[in-house]
Amino acid sequence: MTTPFYVSPEQLMKDRADFARKGIARGRSVVVVQYADGICFVAENPSRALHKISEIYDRVAFAAVGRYNEFENLRIAGVRLADLRGYSYDRRDVTGRGLANAYAQTLGTIFSSGGEKPYEVEIFVAEVADNPEDDTVYRLTYDGSVADEQRFAVMGGQADKVAGYLGEHYREGLGRAEAVRLAVSALAYDADEPRDIPADQVEAAVLDRSRGQQRKFVRLDDRAVIDALADGAADGAVDGAADGAADGAADGAADGADDG
Amino acid sequence: MTDSSAGRAAQLPGSYLAPGSASFADLVAGQAPALLPGGRAAATAASTGLDVPHGTTIVAATFDGGVMMAGDRRATMGNIIAQRDIQKVFPADEYSCVGIAGSAGLAVELVRLFQTELEHYEKIEGTPLSLDGKANRLAGLIRANLGMAMQGLAVVPLFGGYDLHAGSGRIFSYDVTGGRYEETAFHAVGSGALFARGSLKKLYRDGLAERDCVTAIVQALYDAADDDSATGGPDLTRRIFPVVAIVTGDGYRRMPDDDVAVLADEVVAARMSRPDGPAAPLT
Repeated sequence: MTTPFYVSPEQLMKDRADFARKGIARGRSVVVVQYADGICFVAENPSRALHKISEIYDRVAFAAVGRYNEFENLRIAGVRLADLRGYSYDRRDVTGRGLANAYAQTLGTIFSSGGEKPYEVEIFVAEVADNPEDDTVYRLTYDGSVADEQRFAVMGGQADKVAGYLGEHYREGLGRAEAVRLAVSALAYDADEPRDIPADQVEAAVLDRSRGQQRKFVRLDDRAVIDALADGAADGAVDGAADGAADGAADGAADGADDG
Repeated sequence: MTDSSAGRAAQLPGSYLAPGSASFADLVAGQAPALLPGGRAAATAASTGLDVPHGTTIVAATFDGGVMMAGDRRATMGNIIAQRDIQKVFPADEYSCVGIAGSAGLAVELVRLFQTELEHYEKIEGTPLSLDGKANRLAGLIRANLGMAMQGLAVVPLFGGYDLHAGSGRIFSYDVTGGRYEETAFHAVGSGALFARGSLKKLYRDGLAERDCVTAIVQALYDAADDDSATGGPDLTRRIFPVVAIVTGDGYRRMPDDDVAVLADEVVAARMSRPDGPAAPLT
């Protein structure tokens, strides 16, 4: 029989944290940017079908990096929690805070329980409010800790470099197209030399408070992303027009048909 | 520690993290069966003789570019008018609507369950159900309510939606056992349905424009109210008019009350000279 070695709790937790951090840093980053009409999520994602950004409920969205099967599991659990709560109480009673708490508890328990391996994921839970100052973005890490983010946030991949770029270029009151453009440029700055990210590799979605419907989540299809990246020169007027048109026509199609 | 039935759990219940179906109704049945319309212990008390509000007539018709559905605003409880401005036609999701006749309390709950069911599937699977899939899910929910229906609390829905594949509006009707039947052109359910359908037989024709189609179904509801005491006609003194839902390729929208009022006023004005409504040609 082999005698088990003694491992101190500090070492145990450190090992688990290192393990999770390594897994998370392997992928590409996800960026969240607050803009005038809501919250914008952008990820670099070559897959059409496997989303990193998703709708949870009317005003709440979810973005994640790390192992797909693990964060997909958390996403589905979040949708279940939100739908059941909204059904048994009221739609307004589903909040980003409640969801972030549930995720934090779950991730924390998995991290510190001896048996399972920790989840190699980091999550954004964002909720759009009626006013920009009440928008909230929570960032949850593999060990269940929660942070309240302001203005912009990055997780996964070379998060520090991307956040550095955002810190230099972010300003308040961005338009939707500007926010997408800023996020995509930031994602490109994750190496020493900025890369070129083609529009079809960009997964983008917004929680748009100006949307007429109850469900504020809108996934931007390829055309919307290309439009957003294209109108760099003539911002003001073009932005407004593009947003308006997209709201009417593309919204329905975008979050309905184009999801799949 | 956790109270999953109230959804107040501090931590996500283990079963949420387990693989499962994309059906919200299945989730509720597993987590909190008491929340299902038919899953209540009190259901047994709902035997004969209990007077509960009933909703009455729902009319649907297809037109060029989509489908529309309208319901009168009356709920009755025996011979009493329980509510004058009840809403019986609801959006089911972005591209469909549902109207329900029968026991009002159950109907509203069933609509909420159905709405959540469709949204839940769409979020979990990342793609919406096909129109036929939605119609079949509704049949399943009605079937689950059969026990209540046998005790007199029947719920009979009418489902209409825009089929994004076919590019047209479609209508489905149901019976209390969950039987699902696709209807062509138009259909009506509820106590005044016979009269409404008779009216639409004479007024409906293929390729109606949107506005004309609304006029036709407002006429049909007028005729239903004319001959069925449980169906409410346009309430001119209180300015309460039918709920008209329109679903096209652009999605669901409820026609603004002011626009319905204009059409209803026209219909009523014409009935002043001919109370039986427009005359159809003999041949």
